[in-house]
Amino acid sequence: MTEVKSPEVPAPPAAVPAELAPERGGWQRVRPFLPLVALVVAAILPYSTVQLPGVFEGPLNSPGTLQLLAVCLIFGGLAAGYDLLFGRTGMLSFGHALYFAAGVYGTDILVTKAGLPLWQAALLTVTGGTVLAALLGAVALRTVGIAFAMVTLAFAQVAAILVARDFGGLTGGEEGLPLDVSGLPDALVGVANTVNLYWLALAYLALVVLVVHRVSGSPTGRVLAGLRDDERRIGVLGLDPYRYKLVAFTLAGGLASAGGVVYCLIVGGASPHITSSELTLSLLVMVVLGGPGTRWGPVLGGILYMYLDHRLTAFGTSDAVDALPAVLSRPLSQPLFVLGTVFILAVYFFPGGLASLRSRLAPVLTALRTRR
Amino acid sequence: MGTVILLALTGLGLAALYFLVASGLSLVFGLADVLNFAHGLFLGVGAYATWWAAGNLPGAGPDGFGFVLAVAFGVAAGTLVAVLVELVLIRPLYSRTIEQVLVTVGLSLAGVALLQATWGADARPFPRPEWTRGVTGILGAQVPNGGLLLIVAAVLVLGALLAFLQWTRYGLVIRAGVENREMVTALGIDVRKSFTLVFAIGGAAAALAGALGGVYFGTVSPGQGSSLLIFAFIVVVIGGMGSVLGSAYAAVAVGLLQQFVNYYGTSGLGDICVVGLLAVVLLLRPQGIAGKVATA
Repeated sequence: MTEVKSPEVPAPPAAVPAELAPERGGWQRVRPFLPLVALVVAAILPYSTVQLPGVFEGPLNSPGTLQLLAVCLIFGGLAAGYDLLFGRTGMLSFGHALYFAAGVYGTDILVTKAGLPLWQAALLTVTGGTVLAALLGAVALRTVGIAFAMVTLAFAQVAAILVARDFGGLTGGEEGLPLDVSGLPDALVGVANTVNLYWLALAYLALVVLVVHRVSGSPTGRVLAGLRDDERRIGVLGLDPYRYKLVAFTLAGGLASAGGVVYCLIVGGASPHITSSELTLSLLVMVVLGGPGTRWGPVLGGILYMYLDHRLTAFGTSDAVDALPAVLSRPLSQPLFVLGTVFILAVYFFPGGLASLRSRLAPVLTALRTRR
Repeated sequence: MGTVILLALTGLGLAALYFLVASGLSLVFGLADVLNFAHGLFLGVGAYATWWAAGNLPGAGPDGFGFVLAVAFGVAAGTLVAVLVELVLIRPLYSRTIEQVLVTVGLSLAGVALLQATWGADARPFPRPEWTRGVTGILGAQVPNGGLLLIVAAVLVLGALLAFLQWTRYGLVIRAGVENREMVTALGIDVRKSFTLVFAIGGAAAALAGALGGVYFGTVSPGQGSSLLIFAFIVVVIGGMGSVLGSAYAAVAVGLLQQFVNYYGTSGLGDICVVGLLAVVLLLRPQGIAGKVATA
């Protein structure tokens, strides 16, 4: 998504201070359309056959690359949805994986076991996921702060146990449940049609970003921001914090289950690891790495995290790493070790995440410019 | 009758494991307000250090006094890691609760991955004294000795902790700090020193849980800590933040409930009942059995 900025780069900064530079006005006029440009670029990406050696294994339109990109986009959307809770409302939920898993397993079970057509399964799943979020949120939100985190963690743990123990033979237990593709539309089945799944993932991401943007701009969104900053004050103003938090929780849960539906199609099934608390923790890592409470930070964080998670596995088994002494090569072959370390460093040194890099680097850039 | 006693005693063994993890967690949370996701890492370090010492440390071994030495080494390693984590990573972030949680989350991810990188993802057989493999007949039930060992260890730790909190000056500071940290600081006592102490105690207890849990399960694997940690969190919330005695009661309740329901109901149902118990306790009595209200 960074390609969109490239037309702006050649503009010479000249000797004028950055604030007075004439192209600034043009930049400001272009800026609102940048997301649109990014969307268009991402949408036409599958038509490109560019090889990016080292970045992706095949050309951009190869099914493998497109699937990786689609998964990245899904997690970008998931992180943006999770940010509605964490970054924008200040709720530390450790159970977000539950609603995502509800989406994945719901679709899978309804299509594979119940034989429903996809659109019905998707509709039922998203409705079910939203209702589930509303019900569990209604209980969990009776507590605040750390206790809330633990209750959501415990609820998600129940789901993980239910899935792993395979009650009623629905979930396939440890092995997971492959999606029965015979009842699906032809356009979504097969390696050759990965591009359609990619577009579906892109549409999901766009939907989440739009919803989160609309909500945070609305009066409700201001109340949510108020809850994050000072919950007591919102109560004093005569608004009910519980109700607003429940709205945010339900909405985020619904968005996550919608993401689960698309993810199930992309991966072609469900596996129990998506119910684990590690998935929620990685969502938290994505949001913090990207920048909580910003529009693009969580999206970028999610995309980057999933990309690194996939690519670091390949990097860890590459010759360059194997050639290192065992003390270095073994930890480096664990993507989670690298990501965890980067995460800790980010908490210390970049509290605003990727989204704050710009403002953090601004003084440096200005200093460099004036010296010239 | 024999079945009931067997279930009760194995349930208590499980409760002992939960208590060893939860007591430190509860003290750390009660005093320093740190929700410590890295606690599972201390457990893993303790287990692996014991495992390593039994094979490599001179004088230590899988049997007799050598095993005591190995466990002592494991506990020392866990304590050391806990103190280092507190001093290097947590201390600069005090009074920033969310950041602390985030750092411990990152640490738990990276630490478990590091254990996995060093010793592999597969479970390894744990060296244990011959007698822990046997069973003891108690009122007609054949109880595994490993579980009895856990119960004895947990009771000893509980006694030691209560005595420490009740009769020493440091214990007094910790109890007062859990109650009202600002007031203790205002009286001119540096509470932060006791933060390190609490981390050390928690790390030692968790490492002991790791070592004895290894004996009980017979294997050691990198992910062991994190699966125990979730139930330890539940125990802490039910017991009340910052209360060692509350953690003990809650651990017994959770361990027994889990064991009995898992036996008489379907396997896995007990785990769900435990979460149900958590929901009920939180709705009826948000501050837990004993302890202060659980807020951020």
